[in-house]
Amino acid sequence: LFKNFAKKPAETQSGEKLRVTMIPGDGVGPELMYSVKEVFTAADVPIQFEEFWVSEVQDRCSDEQIAELIHSVAKNKVALKGILATPSWFDMGELQSVNMNIRKQLDLFANVVRVKSLPGITTRHGAIDIVVIREQTEGEYSALEHESVPGVVESLKIITRVKSERIAKFAFDYATKHGRNKVTAVHKANIMKLADGMFLDSCREVAKLYPKIKFEAMIVDNTCMQLASHPSQFDVMVMPNLYGNIIDNLAAGLVGGAGVVPGESYSPDCVVFETGARHPFAQAVGRNIANPTAMLMCAANMLHHMNLVAHAKLVQDALLKVLRDGKIRTTDLKGYATTTEFTAAVINNLGKA
Amino acid sequence: MSLTRTASSVLKKCCDLKILHRASSSLSSSSDPLSSTTSRQFALYGGRQTVTLIPGDGIGPEVSDAVRKIFLSAGVPVDFEEVNVTSSNLRSGSCEDALVSIRRNEVALKGNIETNVDELDLDEKSANVILRTKLDLFANVIKVKSIPGIITRHNMIDIRLIRENTEGEYSNLEHEGVPGVVESLKIITAKNSLRIARFAFEYAQRNGRKKVTAVHKANIMKLSDGLFLQCCREVACDFPDIEFEDMIIDNTTMQMVSNPYQFDVMVMPNLYGNILGNVCCGLVGGPGVVAGANIGSKHRVFETATRNTGKSIAGLNIANPSAFIFSSSHMLKYIGLHKYASLISQALVDTLQLDRIHTPDLGGSHTTSDVVDAVCKRVESQAYKVRYDQTPHKQHGW
Repeated sequence: LFKNFAKKPAETQSGEKLRVTMIPGDGVGPELMYSVKEVFTAADVPIQFEEFWVSEVQDRCSDEQIAELIHSVAKNKVALKGILATPSWFDMGELQSVNMNIRKQLDLFANVVRVKSLPGITTRHGAIDIVVIREQTEGEYSALEHESVPGVVESLKIITRVKSERIAKFAFDYATKHGRNKVTAVHKANIMKLADGMFLDSCREVAKLYPKIKFEAMIVDNTCMQLASHPSQFDVMVMPNLYGNIIDNLAAGLVGGAGVVPGESYSPDCVVFETGARHPFAQAVGRNIANPTAMLMCAANMLHHMNLVAHAKLVQDALLKVLRDGKIRTTDLKGYATTTEFTAAVINNLGKA
Repeated sequence: MSLTRTASSVLKKCCDLKILHRASSSLSSSSDPLSSTTSRQFALYGGRQTVTLIPGDGIGPEVSDAVRKIFLSAGVPVDFEEVNVTSSNLRSGSCEDALVSIRRNEVALKGNIETNVDELDLDEKSANVILRTKLDLFANVIKVKSIPGIITRHNMIDIRLIRENTEGEYSNLEHEGVPGVVESLKIITAKNSLRIARFAFEYAQRNGRKKVTAVHKANIMKLSDGLFLQCCREVACDFPDIEFEDMIIDNTTMQMVSNPYQFDVMVMPNLYGNILGNVCCGLVGGPGVVAGANIGSKHRVFETATRNTGKSIAGLNIANPSAFIFSSSHMLKYIGLHKYASLISQALVDTLQLDRIHTPDLGGSHTTSDVVDAVCKRVESQAYKVRYDQTPHKQHGW
């Protein structure tokens, strides 16, 4: 497999394996993880997974289980995560979801979703290449809701300058590192003049240190319309929590849906690779129809992050070749192939791209 | 006569401990970046950090490539934001690009930028000086340590040179008041002298050093160097467990070449630091093996100790990359990756000592790439152990 590369990465030379935390999650997560493991074995990737089967809907989320998981991620610095389904019912217990709990504890403040048109997937728009960056530790997700008078509920949205500046700096640093030209801040400062106003102000302030990167601001409703009609005007986008959630999904829809968009969440020390649009796809469990593209892309991005550049390229090239050839497609892309068939096709194309 | 009177009055003022003490305590928070309360904002995400890299002129690009190659072999989680500032593109604003980049990333690794004296206008400063003054990198620290495997006249030298970087003779205040008579002003201020003195003592304390030596010429320049010396004495009172002594610059250079073991941490104004720094580098193997850093209250720029570009040997693949590699190792130590730092510096020492791969400046016949390849080989075999080493982090050395 490695005949095309001058030299194997250092870790394989010494024969040791790198450790990565794996959270298969709910829905089709375990099936996708199985696909990743198959591809990694075939590509001889020197990674060993530590699996943690936590779940909120199946009551496997005790404090001890979460603590073990947090410890593992903090130690390994890198994790691959499926989707943890968050139920909409409220049993008078914890307001904060397990996902939020993990994000808060690890301080995974920045979520990056790479929305990019893929070869072989026909959509209404061509050549989209957007990076959506979302603050995900405060805003509407602060789990501060109360019913002070019966029938009247207050939900607090928290915006702080420290976290706004941090996410703005992250967005501009990301743009610099990846050679991007423009950062668009998405807000609703015309209505929430103080909260979103401060977010916008922080972005403007940070932008001054990046004279080479163009900065512009756009109101969230207009952004949604522009994304649906002229998505190519966007480059890197940065926004608070809830807008990020909505725009992530909207943008994912533009390039082929939840099955093809990878994402990652960053803290200063750790990174968790997870799909861009976070849906458990529970109705597909056991039917072998889920599209593993997004998770395989996450895995390739993860290899790249861990300095396993040659392996990352191997997996990514094989995946893109399968997509480009277009013979093997899962049902979400109007094909008939199963998850297993798609995975086998990727494995067959390793080193052939 | 009148001059001596002013001199004594200024010195008397300096001796008024209360004034200086007040000034020094108000400075203490800003002078030491590690004890300051302002949180550092590194571009650190998911364990990977972006650091500004300025290759510079001469051998800079070659040795920068060497560092990149070694970092890749070790799997160091650092990404470089490369800013090309060279003597030829200064006019196109490259220096401003470098400034904002360092302001953002707060840490930089920098080669030397050629200062072309003939092309420069009189009021134009060199790019190196612009970076130092704009970022207020007030302290230049040189780590002079004998490297096992490099044979010199003295062994086991271990000195830290701390040089005031922003004023003194380098104030760019020169004029020809009367034709044929030029005045060059050397500026010494209590504020900057206290700041550098405090930095030196805190550095000594943090690194378990025993003694600080202030170097001066207060016997001749009674006011300017007198003020510097007075400030050092004042700060020394706050550090009773660190020995303090002072020495005149000419004697210091003589002592340095005959008995360098008496020195530990040394602190001095700008020009003396320049000269003494070069003397020290000569003692342990020349400009190719000694690393240095320019330190401000917020930003740090890691460089080689001597500020020359090595233009004459550029592109010949014979430059000694050791100084720059050591410098990159110090940079890693500063950003908290001290295990990678010691992995790389140990690999380099082993290459020099055990493999005996020396470039021509050390009397060997190997090329730059020979050294780099040998270091990469040593680093690769150990990289895995470093990645999962769970022992707690040590205190920052720099």
